[in-house]
Amino acid sequence: MLEVKDLYVNYGAVEAIKGISFTVKPGEIVTLIGANGAGKTTTLHTISGLTKAKSGSITYNGTDLLKTEPSKIITLGIAHVPEGRHVFPEMSVEDNLQMGAYISKNKEQVAESMKDVYEKFPRLKERRKQLAGTLSGGEQQMLAVGRALMSKPGIILMDEPSMGLSPLLVKEVFAIIREIHEAGITVLLNEQNARMALSIADRAYVLETGTISISGDAQELLKDERVKKAYLGQ
Amino acid sequence: MSIFVQSIINGLNQGAIYALIALGYTMVYGILRMINFAHGDFIMVGAYTMFYTAPLMINYGMPPWMAVFLAVAACTVVGVLVERIAYKPVRHSGSMSALITALAMSLFLENLAMVLFGGNPKTVTKIFDLPMVEILGAKIQMKYLLTLGIGLAIMVALTMFVRMTKLGKAMRAVPQDREAATIVGINVDRIITVTFAIGSALAAVAAMMYCSTYPRCTTDMGSMMGIKAFIAAVLGGIGIIPGAMLGGLIVGVIEIFVKVYLAPGWYEAITYGILIIVLLIKPSGILGKNAGEKV
Repeated sequence: MLEVKDLYVNYGAVEAIKGISFTVKPGEIVTLIGANGAGKTTTLHTISGLTKAKSGSITYNGTDLLKTEPSKIITLGIAHVPEGRHVFPEMSVEDNLQMGAYISKNKEQVAESMKDVYEKFPRLKERRKQLAGTLSGGEQQMLAVGRALMSKPGIILMDEPSMGLSPLLVKEVFAIIREIHEAGITVLLNEQNARMALSIADRAYVLETGTISISGDAQELLKDERVKKAYLGQ
Repeated sequence: MSIFVQSIINGLNQGAIYALIALGYTMVYGILRMINFAHGDFIMVGAYTMFYTAPLMINYGMPPWMAVFLAVAACTVVGVLVERIAYKPVRHSGSMSALITALAMSLFLENLAMVLFGGNPKTVTKIFDLPMVEILGAKIQMKYLLTLGIGLAIMVALTMFVRMTKLGKAMRAVPQDREAATIVGINVDRIITVTFAIGSALAAVAAMMYCSTYPRCTTDMGSMMGIKAFIAAVLGGIGIIPGAMLGGLIVGVIEIFVKVYLAPGWYEAITYGILIIVLLIKPSGILGKNAGEKV
């Protein structure tokens, strides 16, 4: 289980996160919704060790993530699908996937994971020799998700997976998130598309300029007047 | 014809030396976006190691070229220490700090060498004792062919290493996207150390090749060679490994051809001139992608 407690993060001179606390239980889909600049990405970056926290704590199954070397976080079972995909542009699709399993020493297991990913994303298999930088936005998103799956994670942190994609592809991405979840992987999802996010999530937290303003059951938040007004455009 | 063949072999031999040095510049640039001005001085470290240890090898009944292994060890240690002690602390302080630190490191190494080894040039023991061979009517020193072969073999091995092995792929992944590299579990600091180690080891091999052709070492020998190899790296496209190899070979061949066929005194001017022309036409270098793009 992931537990964030009283977390403060500074981004340069700006206080980006001002004392947030939330939990993600095994098997859940939890979503952080909120406007651009609310601190959603900073939160995920801090969990992954890409950004240093000022104070507070983040634990995953009892391990203190703030004291863990950033490159070791994935070995605990935490995979990150970053905002803007962040695939390795000058490497082939296959090499990108292989890098996703960088921490694994078991070659057969890596080959097995790669087969699974190709089964889930036939498009990636078709393009396995192609450089990742030449893929379309949607394909890059699939690759970023596939790369995260390669490490056999217990939880996936997904940062704005629908950003910049056509409505059709957004649906596809959300279908994939559901599939991943059904395969037993816990999901922490950052989304600006609040309606889509709330429709698949179990619970949700609304971030507003670095603090959590509203939290609760996702279905209930869909009916919440404040949420409706600010994030669902009703 | 025989002079032509000779010049080609000499040029490629010279070029392979530049290429091995250029690889060190380009790999470090690729990963840190920084020009390691002390890299040229690693060659000097390698050359002095050869000077001091080649006679020891002979004393112990071994061939003098075996000293190259000690040179590789010495350069690797120096390269990794320079990175850890001097560059790592300023890594996040901006490119100007890194640049000045690198220049200071270069001066430091040269002056340290002056104190340790003295200011007089040293003559290195003959590293290879090989006969002349005849190729297409041209008499060529066998040692040139040998060192050229070693240089090319190392370049092929390096290319295979970065393309096929997991560590090599990680070395390419870090400059492409450091954030993504971290989240898949690549320890970026470790990859930077490995990059410096490999670059410095290549400089040691270049030093061995250089000493077998020109058996002389001075404390400032690294600066001039370093600059030319840096030019080779830029010519090929800085940050791109095949670019450094191609650039090195081109610079070497041009140098020898200008020396032999045009005017010996002009070879540096013409080499720099060609660099300027190529960069005017293609600012990112021969194999470079559009300027500004991360490679």
